[in-house]
Parts: sequence; structure tokens; C-alpha cells
Amino acid sequence: MKLLRRERQDRGALTPSQSGAASGTELNRLRQEIDRLFEDPFSLLSPNASFFQDWSPSVDIYEDKDKYVVKAELPGMKREEIEVSMDGNTLTVSGERKQEEEKKERENYRSERYFGRFQRSITLPAEVQANKIEASYKDGILTITLPKSEAAKPKQIPVKTQ
Amino acid sequence: MNTTIETQRQSANQNQARETRAGTGDGRSRGFVTPPANISATDNEYVVEVDMPGVDKEGLEITVEGNELTIIGRRKSELPEGEACYCESPQADYRRVFELGPDVDTAGINAEMKQGVLRLRLPKSEKAKPKRIEVKTT
Repeated sequence: MKLLRRERQDRGALTPSQSGAASGTELNRLRQEIDRLFEDPFSLLSPNASFFQDWSPSVDIYEDKDKYVVKAELPGMKREEIEVSMDGNTLTVSGERKQEEEKKERENYRSERYFGRFQRSITLPAEVQANKIEASYKDGILTITLPKSEAAKPKQIPVKTQ
Repeated sequence: MNTTIETQRQSANQNQARETRAGTGDGRSRGFVTPPANISATDNEYVVEVDMPGVDKEGLEITVEGNELTIIGRRKSELPEGEACYCESPQADYRRVFELGPDVDTAGINAEMKQGVLRLRLPKSEKAKPKRIEVKTT
């Protein structure tokens, strides 16, 4: 009896604890989220805060006199996995970010990157030409160029003298 | 948890000193943000994946100094014409430091950059790989 117990203790020491490494991604995520709250309590208000929610990519919007440019940070995706649609003045970017590789027989030490579905809708302040919208994807950034409709472009009004 | 690679937790001061140094190196004073990373391992290698949207191959700087692996990703500074009216992305470069365990074969580190995701493969040295020990009968 005594011998058996000792044997088990030895085994425990030899094999490293798997409980931490094998814990689920969700649990890790929660832990990181809590860590983050301590470091930066206002991060909960940021668009990237996500308690088990779908993730939300960062978006930048630029404007000049004849177009809007929307940039979304979507690292590591395939072109086919990104959907861009326009409904009235509302631009919607959605898709699903998938894990690149099968995680079989892998021990995960750290998982901070977000995967899963996302969707962002942006309502633009002026009308755009829906048929002339262009989208490109490079270096993990989706760039959408939306030309403003003629009516939305600023116009110079000549002042006449009488 | 006894992981072999661990993010180095530096004191804020130390971190800042390094960043300033790195920032003045090429005359740019943009700050750094910490990109999210995943680390996993198999029997043969460690895989480190880092999200750095906006960085291409040329903007990457990966160095190993002693047991410290430093990854710096510089965003391409191509701003579209027009004014930024709404910005969520960090207008900064990426920087992350990892401490390597003694079982990493630093000479064999392999880096791949694809659509803003850096994937580093760090092979385990022969010594560190698990071996099966044959039991001889006499």
C-alpha cells in the first residue's frame, strides 16, 4: 500500500502539470480579459472588449472631398472569408476568422488572438455610389474606397457681381 | 505553469527606456503597441503567431539576443488621401519580446508573414526532444 502511493507521487513530479496548458481557450480568454481590466479598466468600453462576444476588428475612416476610405484590421484572413455589403448609406463588413491550422496534438501556452465571426456596420454621413465601391485586402488590412455621389460632393458656387 | 517560452514581464520603466531607444534608432518617434500572440508547441517545435495588421515582410525586424527574441513590426506609413475622421487602430508600430527556453534551436528559427500574421517556428533542439529509451534485456 505504501509503495503504491509513493509510486504515484513520483509520477506526479515527473509529468508536468497539464491542467494549465490544456485549459480551454475560452477560459484563457476570460483570464486575459480580467487581467486587462486590472491594467486598463476603461478597456471594457473599447470596441475590442469582448466577454465571450464575437470579436470586432478596428476600423479607421478617412474622408476627402470625393470619397470615403474605410480601413479594417483583419489579420490572417482569406479574401473569400470577408464579406462587404452596402445598404443605403450603411456599409457592413462581416466574415469569420478561422484558425489557420488544425490544433491537433498541440499544447497551447498562450492564446490571445481572436477567432470567430465578426460584423461591423458603419453608417456614412453622405450618399455614396454603390456601384463604384472598391475593396482590396493586403497585409491583413481591408481597404474599402467609396466614391461619394455627385450630390454629396462639395460644390463651389460662383458669386456673381451685378 | 512551467512553459518554456514566456512573455517577458518588464517593469514599465525598463520598457519605456527600450522603446525610446528603439524609436530613435531610425529617427521615428512612433510608439509601440503589444500585438496579440498565440504560442503552441508540439514535440518538435514551438509556434508563435502574432497579429500585426499593416505590416509587410519589409517592416519586420526579428532579432535573437541571448535568450531574448524581439519582434518589431513597422506599419507601412501609407495613409490614404483625405482626413482621418474616425480612428480605432493604434497608430503605432508593434513590438513584443519573448524569453526563449534553453531547448530552442535559435539557428533554426523560421519566420513567415502572411496577411498581417507573423508565424514563427522555433525548432526544439535535438537534446530537448522526447526520446524513447529502449529497455534492454540481459
